[in-house]
Amino acid sequence: MRVMAQMSMIMNLDKCIGCHTCSVTCKQVWTNRTGVEYVWFNNVETKPGVGYPRRYEDQEKWKGGWIRNKRGRLKLRSGGRLKRLATIFNNPDLPVIDDYYEPWTYDYDMLTKAPLSTQSPVARPKSLLTGKNMDIKWSGNWDDNLGGSQETAADDPILATMSEHVKMEFENTFMFYLPRICEHCLNPACVAACPSGAMYKREEDGIVLVDEDGCRGWRMCVSACPYKKVYFNHKTGKAEKCTLCYPLIEQGKPTICSETCVGRLRYLGLMLYDADAVLAAASIENDEDLLDAQRGVFLDPFDPEVIAAAKAEGMEDDWILAAQNSPIYKLISEYKVALPLHPEYRTMPMVWYIPPLSPVVDVISTTNNDGEDARTLFAAIDKLRIPVEYLAGLFSAGDTIPVESSLRKLAAMRSYMRDINLGRDRDESIPEAVGMTGTEIEAMYRLLAIAKYEDRYVIPKAHVETARELEELACSLDTDGGPGMGGPTAATAAGPYGKTPGMPFSATVDNYNEMVGRGGEKTRPTTPGRINLLNWNGGGVPPGLFPPRVPPVGNAGSPA
Amino acid sequence: MNPIDFLLWVAFPYAAMAVFVVGHIFRYRHDQFGWTSRSSQTYENRLLRWGSPMFHYGILMVLGGHIVGLLVPKEWLEFFGVTEQIYHLGATWLGSVAAALTLAGLAILIYRRRLNSRVLLATTVMDKIMYLLLGAALLFGTTATVLFQVLGPGYDYRGTISPWVRGLLLAQPDPSLMSHVPFFFQLHVLSATLLFMLWPFTRLVHVFSAPLAYFVRPYIVYRSRDQHRGSGSRKPRRGWEKSELPGSTRDRQGTRR
Repeated sequence: MRVMAQMSMIMNLDKCIGCHTCSVTCKQVWTNRTGVEYVWFNNVETKPGVGYPRRYEDQEKWKGGWIRNKRGRLKLRSGGRLKRLATIFNNPDLPVIDDYYEPWTYDYDMLTKAPLSTQSPVARPKSLLTGKNMDIKWSGNWDDNLGGSQETAADDPILATMSEHVKMEFENTFMFYLPRICEHCLNPACVAACPSGAMYKREEDGIVLVDEDGCRGWRMCVSACPYKKVYFNHKTGKAEKCTLCYPLIEQGKPTICSETCVGRLRYLGLMLYDADAVLAAASIENDEDLLDAQRGVFLDPFDPEVIAAAKAEGMEDDWILAAQNSPIYKLISEYKVALPLHPEYRTMPMVWYIPPLSPVVDVISTTNNDGEDARTLFAAIDKLRIPVEYLAGLFSAGDTIPVESSLRKLAAMRSYMRDINLGRDRDESIPEAVGMTGTEIEAMYRLLAIAKYEDRYVIPKAHVETARELEELACSLDTDGGPGMGGPTAATAAGPYGKTPGMPFSATVDNYNEMVGRGGEKTRPTTPGRINLLNWNGGGVPPGLFPPRVPPVGNAGSPA
Repeated sequence: MNPIDFLLWVAFPYAAMAVFVVGHIFRYRHDQFGWTSRSSQTYENRLLRWGSPMFHYGILMVLGGHIVGLLVPKEWLEFFGVTEQIYHLGATWLGSVAAALTLAGLAILIYRRRLNSRVLLATTVMDKIMYLLLGAALLFGTTATVLFQVLGPGYDYRGTISPWVRGLLLAQPDPSLMSHVPFFFQLHVLSATLLFMLWPFTRLVHVFSAPLAYFVRPYIVYRSRDQHRGSGSRKPRRGWEKSELPGSTRDRQGTRR
């Protein structure tokens, strides 16, 4: 047993309103640079829909993830080592930029500086790749809220596997949002496909990162990732991906997408797992068994044997405690309501989802039935095959049982808690029907519905005493003459690969902790010894108005 | 010794060699971030799908041919029974195929680079110079081969150019070997030498990143968060190390987190 910790995320899809705040804040923080205009480390898709990049779930085409070969061994779907190097001069499975969308800006200048004319000026869209006028035909969320989906939704690879009846009916039936980030998989295909060995999984927290210095731009990670969450920066010629905001995570803070999520639907915490068991679990024969296989890889953080093994691996006590308090562990292993996205890709993804009950509730409500009644809900889950089968296509390789079980638990929570909130008697038969107790349901309600900040994010800090030399593994932009050279003062300087706004303040553990105390309060003034002149009434000389007098040294003349 | 011969066939090649070696070391130490093939596949794939493999496989064949022709002495091959006739036939035919493949690939790539506006805008000045020199070296070499080996009686460069190259590498340069070599061979050598000189400052550095280690490494790579690793992150430059309390160097083996 080799105990490793994985920083993981769970998103409660029932609460997602599709506002894209996570996407926007993520973009502002990470991808507002040239070369990654088309890149969204976090994106929100409307399901059913084709996704971003278009039809990324169609692995027959893109060849992402792993497959199990006839001898029962795991193999990258895009081919083995020899084939990879043989096709290195032209990656046969690489999506081109048009599969995402051609990035553009607007000719805003025309609005203020257009010459006198009879028509009012317009800001035409200009391609950020060619600088020419362009027609906008697609973007990252073009089919948002099923917009235009009568034309595009038939291309949804999950929908395509379902019956004709479903394809015709789905629009009247259900819709939900699916926010996606990098899955930080336990068995990452991108890492396995990188010819340079520049991609790696961090031993401490399992975050999958690209070493920008080691990347040689072979683009194999982009095509090997079945979720298409590694992107090619077309200006620097390097791969980039979601970092799980590791500078924040290391400080015990949630990622920017979680922090700014208005629905407060994201959960962050540790999962302990047995790294030695990952390969066997990912190689299991039937796709439908992968969910249970992955659950089997996770370790019980309360098990004394696991704790002893973790300590033997050098895990600190506060990390073990964080693993015990982890909302992820509760939702995946205790309540078993969270499910992985596309386990059939065999990468063992670690961003899991609580499937949305709302499509079911919506249908009940439109038929004037009680959408909070347990029996009605249970019956509807059994009857409403379309959303359940579709959800199973996303979260359990087509097996409807885990999705149903999860939805029934959510339904049970809904009606059990309604009785409590209305002051009625508790109906203990409801939790029993889903194999839970009333206490468990109430705890789950606290976690999912009340969702306190400190319950959602249980993130142990990276250990400062061991992280002294971390320094983000050195900023790779900070080269001689590079865009980041000289630190913040050179933030406006253009490097050889274009402008890089905002780089690079070194967001390291130690200098952050130096500036800010434990509770986040400032422990030190930013300008020591100064006074705020706005508070000065003009009388007298308050201390700090002038810099302290330097006593004259020896008999050198005093300063003027 | 003719001073021009000395300049062209001793001084210039050695200067190029020095720039080549020192330039690569310098760039590897200071510009890991810029060390990439700078692929344009995401802009356009229809033409690249044909052009890039044709060019690359062709140029690899060309490279192999040059290694056999220039670095392996004639006598060694003859020892193994490869006579002048056999060598000439093999070199001419294989060489022509490789040249055709390479030139056709390069033609597609340059056409694409010029006419696809996305790719054109991503082209740097250094790219253009590199394309010019690479094209020149390939064209002169092909012209020389066609004129002398295919159409003509055959020129035995293994008696002149090859010993000159080996002499350069063994620090016993002999410029007189090159002074009577046919003009197109001379042009080929000179343009190639100039290309070598600029090599470390172009995207051609990606040649030295051929990821052969991929065959032997495990699929999943783990790295410790605080591991200062081999390639990749540089050590801070001398004099720019962060200040640290004396004696605070921690035990890296002991704790992992």
